[in-house]
Amino acid sequence: MNWVRERASLLAAVAVGGALIVVVPAVAEIFVLFELTLFLVLAILALSLAWVWGFGGILCFGQSVFFGLGGYTYAIAVINMGDSTVPLLLGILLPALLAGILGYFLFWQRISDVYLAVITLAVSLIFYYLTGASAGSEYRIGNALLGGYNGIPSVPPINVPGLPEHQVVYGDLYVLTAVMLAVVYGGLRGLLATDFGRVVVAVRENEERAQLLGYDVRATKLTVFVIGGAIAGLSGVLFAAWGSYVSPNVFAMTFTAQIIVWVLVGGLGTLSGAVVGCVLVQAAMTWLGEAKLADTNLVLGAAFVVLVLFARRGLVPGTRSLLADLRGRARSAP
Amino acid sequence: MLTRRTFIEGTAATAAISTLGRQAQADDPISVGAIYDLSGPLQGFGDNQWRCAELAIDQINEAGGLLGRQLEVKLYDAQSDMQFYNQFANQLALRDRVAVVQGGLTSSSREVIRPILHRLDTLYVYNTNYEGGVCDRNFFATGATPGIYVDLLLQAAADRWGKRVYVLAADYNYGQISAQWIRKAAQSLGGEVVGEEFFPLDVNQFGATISRIQAAEPDVVLNVFVGPAHEAFYGQWASAGMNQRIPMMSTTFGGTSEIVRMPPEVVNGIMVIGSYYESLDNAFNQAWLPEFRRRYGTDYGYLTDVPIKDWYGWTLWAEAVRQAGTTDRDAVIEALETGISVDGPGGPVSVDPATHHCFMDTHLAEARDGEFKILQRYQGVAPTNPAAQCDLQARPDTNTMFTPDI
Amino acid sequence: MDHALVVGLHLLHAMASLALISVGLAVIFGMLRVINFAHGEFLMVGGYAFVLSAGAGLNLWIAMLVVAPAAVGALGFLVERFVIRHLHGDIIATILATWGLSLFLIGLAATVLGYHQQGVAPPFGTVQFSSYSIGIYTFFVILVAIVTVVSLFVWLRWSRSGLLARGAMQNPGLAATLGADTKRLRTAMFVLGSALSGLAGAVLAPLAGVLPEIGATYVVKAFITVISGGATALTGTTLAAALFGFTSQAAAFLSRPVVGEVALLVVAIVLLRLLPTGITGRYFRKAL
Repeated sequence: MNWVRERASLLAAVAVGGALIVVVPAVAEIFVLFELTLFLVLAILALSLAWVWGFGGILCFGQSVFFGLGGYTYAIAVINMGDSTVPLLLGILLPALLAGILGYFLFWQRISDVYLAVITLAVSLIFYYLTGASAGSEYRIGNALLGGYNGIPSVPPINVPGLPEHQVVYGDLYVLTAVMLAVVYGGLRGLLATDFGRVVVAVRENEERAQLLGYDVRATKLTVFVIGGAIAGLSGVLFAAWGSYVSPNVFAMTFTAQIIVWVLVGGLGTLSGAVVGCVLVQAAMTWLGEAKLADTNLVLGAAFVVLVLFARRGLVPGTRSLLADLRGRARSAP
Repeated sequence: MLTRRTFIEGTAATAAISTLGRQAQADDPISVGAIYDLSGPLQGFGDNQWRCAELAIDQINEAGGLLGRQLEVKLYDAQSDMQFYNQFANQLALRDRVAVVQGGLTSSSREVIRPILHRLDTLYVYNTNYEGGVCDRNFFATGATPGIYVDLLLQAAADRWGKRVYVLAADYNYGQISAQWIRKAAQSLGGEVVGEEFFPLDVNQFGATISRIQAAEPDVVLNVFVGPAHEAFYGQWASAGMNQRIPMMSTTFGGTSEIVRMPPEVVNGIMVIGSYYESLDNAFNQAWLPEFRRRYGTDYGYLTDVPIKDWYGWTLWAEAVRQAGTTDRDAVIEALETGISVDGPGGPVSVDPATHHCFMDTHLAEARDGEFKILQRYQGVAPTNPAAQCDLQARPDTNTMFTPDI
Repeated sequence: MDHALVVGLHLLHAMASLALISVGLAVIFGMLRVINFAHGEFLMVGGYAFVLSAGAGLNLWIAMLVVAPAAVGALGFLVERFVIRHLHGDIIATILATWGLSLFLIGLAATVLGYHQQGVAPPFGTVQFSSYSIGIYTFFVILVAIVTVVSLFVWLRWSRSGLLARGAMQNPGLAATLGADTKRLRTAMFVLGSALSGLAGAVLAPLAGVLPEIGATYVVKAFITVISGGATALTGTTLAAALFGFTSQAAAFLSRPVVGEVALLVVAIVLLRLLPTGITGRYFRKAL
């Protein structure tokens, strides 16, 4: 039974992924693709937190650090290098490295829970202030002016490796992003199915027991954290390439809180929930910005409160249990 | 084989189609795009920007529209978030196919949408005071740049109080570049910058700074604050009794109705400079301001030159469309480049063909009991363009943002 | 000499402000283990309650010391009764709910009150130390902070209801078994925390102004201060506020303001690295 459900959910994921990569670009107009690209870029970021928090049990309030660092690294490197291949890789590696250092600092001291949240938040805000204080022509790295709160504009897009004139923009960037999202999602699911994945979940469920059974809790958490950092970095690179732009706002409290909200809306402890939550919240915000029915904050805030009161575990787990209920009722019906 | 008959039929058909097309066109409204921050931290600016823009658009439509067609505005709320500027700019250019996009407040929002609209051949008009330097054929700015403002302010200070100035600025491109202009202006007046401090946008504790100013005893303090957190300065300055001791000038004070929000005993005496204040007594403003208040009531705050420029931006563009006889981008740009001019509540404004920035009247004013008292008028002040860095007539392909070589 | 005195006063003021903005959050976190992300907006509502009632002609001190705490206390009551209580201490649900509440209150203030409410000037005059002058209101802020913190200590330490509150927070199950009405107690503490936030918002309003978005300036610092304080919320928050306020203001004096902001964060990180469960996780465990 469980096996069947597992297969069904895998099939559903493959179908959705296939549709996103193949069908959508064929039918959607260019500005729709452009907007969807952003949603999918942010969905990758949401996945990174869903992984770190929902499966690794690490309450990270600074996932935006890795995202922002990825974006800044890409922007600075590509402005200096021209070709985007190395900058893209750097934009993943540097955040992973930072996650490694930060993770070592956190997990070897057994900092947990809200304390970990505060430290990661503080790191994010330090990046916010430091990048914000970089206005003025003396703050430059090579050809890239950091620009303070204005950020770095006119970041060149990703190009086909080795061919700087073949730019990946609009429809092509959409396909690239959709593939990346599929790879990350599939990769994380695959990882969870391995022995390592089972240890990760065991550590989340009960650190002490996992420790007593001989697993290295600290190394496990560190690995989870580094993977999460790399994924967030990838998302940051795609974000900078999508918008041709990166600014200190990616390190701000509101942005970091947004990531948490996506994951919670979709449902903590699921991967698909993060994607669903992120796309829904972003689409709602965009729609409110177009429709202007009422103040966006007012509507969104009220929606979150209602959601918590009536679907506390998030949309995806809530829908799942609703479906299970219906199925159970159908079965018990005469 | 093409016979004479089929040829005539063919051209007649073409003519019929093109007449049809023209008729459809004549009935169709002209789509125009607006992006403002109608929620989020910048709402205090965005609301009034949009009111001024809406008034201009409504006035154009009530007068019969442009080329016999009504304007239909696609308005988007960017929620003070750069990501939405990006989304909506693309949407306006790709889906809504608008004739012009106006809006944006911060320099970052401008630098997000400017390259997009340049690439997608959609005209962009930006209506906010900013640090200056953008040089792009597809871009027009009705806002003032700080070079002239600080020259005039420091001259006024030297006439009244002295030449030793203490500078407080937002740690932001606008603040940094303004501070450079201030240093230069002080130097050329034979004065001196005795202190200079930069504040992150969310700092709202100024105790240490106020003590340092007290120790430095400048003749005047000039601030270039940005954003709501910095407003806390004025209360702390007054609480220490400093508003009675050292005169204060600002290039940014007033942009979000501070004059009616802050108690007079806190802000009285602050000297500012700008192209528009509600108290201007020219004939145009005597008619314009009551019309604005008739539409929007009186709890909109107080208008100064930031929101009013959105009225100018739309009115200037409309004038250019009338002159060009089309909404086609290149024709409109050429019409604007004739040095086109419109009259408005702040006096006449005309486009500088070389920089795509504007000549405008500028006023020195002083905060006094919930109102700005006009002290002096400078007519037709030119946009700053050091060493003619930007010349779009000679070099129309320029697409960059110059950092002034100060 | 005068310079040292002025610097000392500013340091005290920075510590007092930080304690004021954090103490309401500390009561709620310490007693209910709820992180109230709408805390900044509670301060904002307090500021508006003060500014609007004073603007309507009410006595300044009644508006500040009575109306603002009462208004935000009432808001807290509604929030606890209709939202927080139904989440049963689920930390993740409360994060999302209070975050939503925060957005909702910002949106409500922007819609209903707009951006154009007139503020209130700081009352009192100034005192002069040779070339320096300091507003007497600065002393008032320090005084309010001290009175607030001390009276909370006294109440928790020596009164019967304070004892009950402590007991119920340390072990709610046991307290309930012994006949304490923990449900009502939780409501009461949430209201108390909210009222303290309202007071802080009002006291700081003349110096900081009030805008719908003002909460964002406070919430992060309050959050970091309270959590760094550790499990024993009141003692911990007071110590953390003193440490952070001192460090950031001293750094701002010695260098640029941005260094002050960063210094606060760096000290918080180093502190939590050395004391992974906050100040009171290791020291002052017997404190309140």
